Amino acid sequence: MSDLQIKKSSTTYDAVIVGSGAGGGMAGYVLAHAGLKVLMLEAGPFFDPQKNSAQLKFSWESPRRGASTDSRNFGDFDAAFGGWSLEGEPYTTKDNTEFQWFRSRMLGGRTNHWGRISLRMGPHDFQPKDGLTEKWPITYDDMKPFYDKVDRLIGVFGTVEGLENEPDGIFLPPPKPRLNELYIKAGAKKAGVTVIAGRGSVLTEALPGNKDRGACFFCGQCNRSCKIYGDFSSSSCLVIPAMKTGNLKVISNAMVREVLTDKEGAATGVSYISKDDMQEYQVNGKIVILGASACESARLLLNSKSAAHPGGLANSSGIVGKYLHDSTGSGASGWLPQLMDRKRYNEDGVGSVHIYSPWWLDNKKLDFPRGYHIEYGGGLHMPGYGFGGGIQHMNGAVPGRDGKMKEAGGFGAGLKDDYRRFYGVNIGMAGRGTAIAREDNYCEIDPDVVDKFGIPVLRFHYKWAPDEVKQAKHMQDTFQEIMHHMGAIADAPAGKDTSYGLEAPGVIIHEVGTVRMGDDPKKSALNKYCQAHDCNNLFVVDAAPFVQQGDKNATWTILALSMRTAEYILSQRKKLNV
Amino acid sequence: MNRRESLKAIGIGTITTGLLLDASCKTDTKKQGGEVTTPQETAAADPARTPYELEREKKLNAEKFFNEHEMKTITVLVDIIIPKDDKSGSASDAKVPDFIEFIVKDMPEHQTPLRGGLRWLDLQSLNRYNNTFRESSAQQQIDLVTLIAYPKKAAPELAQGVSFFNRMRDLTATGFFSSQMGMKDLGYVGNAPNKWEGVPADVLKAHGFDTVWG
Repeated sequence: MSDLQIKKSSTTYDAVIVGSGAGGGMAGYVLAHAGLKVLMLEAGPFFDPQKNSAQLKFSWESPRRGASTDSRNFGDFDAAFGGWSLEGEPYTTKDNTEFQWFRSRMLGGRTNHWGRISLRMGPHDFQPKDGLTEKWPITYDDMKPFYDKVDRLIGVFGTVEGLENEPDGIFLPPPKPRLNELYIKAGAKKAGVTVIAGRGSVLTEALPGNKDRGACFFCGQCNRSCKIYGDFSSSSCLVIPAMKTGNLKVISNAMVREVLTDKEGAATGVSYISKDDMQEYQVNGKIVILGASACESARLLLNSKSAAHPGGLANSSGIVGKYLHDSTGSGASGWLPQLMDRKRYNEDGVGSVHIYSPWWLDNKKLDFPRGYHIEYGGGLHMPGYGFGGGIQHMNGAVPGRDGKMKEAGGFGAGLKDDYRRFYGVNIGMAGRGTAIAREDNYCEIDPDVVDKFGIPVLRFHYKWAPDEVKQAKHMQDTFQEIMHHMGAIADAPAGKDTSYGLEAPGVIIHEVGTVRMGDDPKKSALNKYCQAHDCNNLFVVDAAPFVQQGDKNATWTILALSMRTAEYILSQRKKLNV
Repeated sequence: MNRRESLKAIGIGTITTGLLLDASCKTDTKKQGGEVTTPQETAAADPARTPYELEREKKLNAEKFFNEHEMKTITVLVDIIIPKDDKSGSASDAKVPDFIEFIVKDMPEHQTPLRGGLRWLDLQSLNRYNNTFRESSAQQQIDLVTLIAYPKKAAPELAQGVSFFNRMRDLTATGFFSSQMGMKDLGYVGNAPNKWEGVPADVLKAHGFDTVWG
């Protein structure tokens, strides 16, 4: 490849942003609207839900009836280009530990397919009182104005509840529960478990003041991304609107290699390889903003070594990559005999949660710290791959239409009728909990492995501690109790042999904490504005700055934090020479 | 974006939701039985697919896994599992055998259990009736299937047959009820623009709930 050379751009942008997900998208949106000239680099293709969504396709329009594949881990219609593994872009693990890394290479990243569950972290999440983890350098009160602005800008449904650590937002009306969820709600109440309306970024009504986005028409397919922009994706709600200002340019298929710095150690831009022509490029920015995802941003920093930053950029503390944590997750399923032969109607609803249980207990009485929330599901959903599976575990458990018990399994007209009778009886519950941020759960650069672009890859070291296993056990016990009280027949619960169904780290896709913020430069990489202690024109706006995640899904906090960082950048423009 | 613009954006033009539902019902009746869009057609004009996926599907569609005898046996089996009745057609009417042929190529973990299971079934049939399964009489086929269709009462020495039949039953049900014919049979009426206002009043009442919030 004698023609290989590095193409250096002569343009200097006010800001170069790496990544177009929730963090990068919000930073780009705020800065472009303020008049800054912004360049955004995305490692995947351009993606516009209006054109590229598989919304409203029926299962039979997929030859595999919507089943997942190695390139669509959440089903054939799901809007994530990527998954747990990417061809030619490996990652490794260390000491027989486990981590699953989900990457979505496309404009908007993982926000095109996410569950839209939009929870604020609470006062105790930012400032924990149990002493187990570091406090954030900011409080809920610092974040509240930004959560409020995100609610107004993007839209979120929910109900005002006044719960201390589950702060209320500025809510659109929530979708009403499905029939299954009414049973869950009643059963949970008997089990002493709080259930409230879900909180999700779906426009159940038109968003005041916004003419570009349509109101939800209740197809329940948010994970396919929405053609009318009725839910939040960074592509539809942030990046594409920011492009319309004329101030933000996107380069897609640009895989960033490293952040470039000058002799004094200040960031000057980034280098990337274009997947379109496989050529090497360098672009210049007065500031560099990383929103590549918690692990990818850590990887970029660690790969950006120079004389001024010998241990990697923003890493004089040695903290980059450490304190990686994902939410805990464990689930259960079952079915409700009361729902057999149910009346049919359109129950698709929204593609987020209609109801959920915020953490409802006091840790003083429990054998594990912090807590979890529960997400619920079930209903008359579109049949796809997997429909009807395992009927032999159901149709022998209840009387047939004639009142007599049937032999489990079978075939023929009677079996065909059973599938009709059991349609829509299923219920599911999933716990999502706080995992403690620990220094020895980390990602680092694998000294021996590069990806197909020649970029050194990440190596993970992550182990659950007894705290997380105990939490998963508590989830399983709670699920069983709720199902008992609602008269459900539970599928076999996850037991000790599977650590109570505790998913491997990374599987819940809430990984955060790898470039954490703090007031002490020896114990953190970023200050309280997500600005690098070691490099004042470098910012991180994804989930990497999180000190400690609550049980709440990360996205709403990423958005609020990124907006806060972007506004700080605007307020500091002169000082930063932007 | 107002509602009319929204419907336009999702490719429904300016027709109302009511008309849309009418139109899809008519299509339903007309196309019943032959509704499965071929993978090639789905893939060709689909901006939601990646080049990798288009290439992969093209490759899968060019391959053939089951031989003619196996396909015929599968067709007999799926129609025993889901026969035509007064509400809808049979599994083969809904092209379930074609779905099974595709899915084993897409999910190779099904290949050996199905190929081996079909041969297991033929051997049982040859030993009992001196004919392969598909060449046995309808009654003989039913008699043999009965021995492996009820996991709890099946003889222990037929356990492999039970596993095979469980898999076959699952794939048949999935293939049938995810087809246009199957969804119509099941009464799935979603995947269409609507306004979700909660569980309908008569359903709430039938299940003993006072309000849409329980």
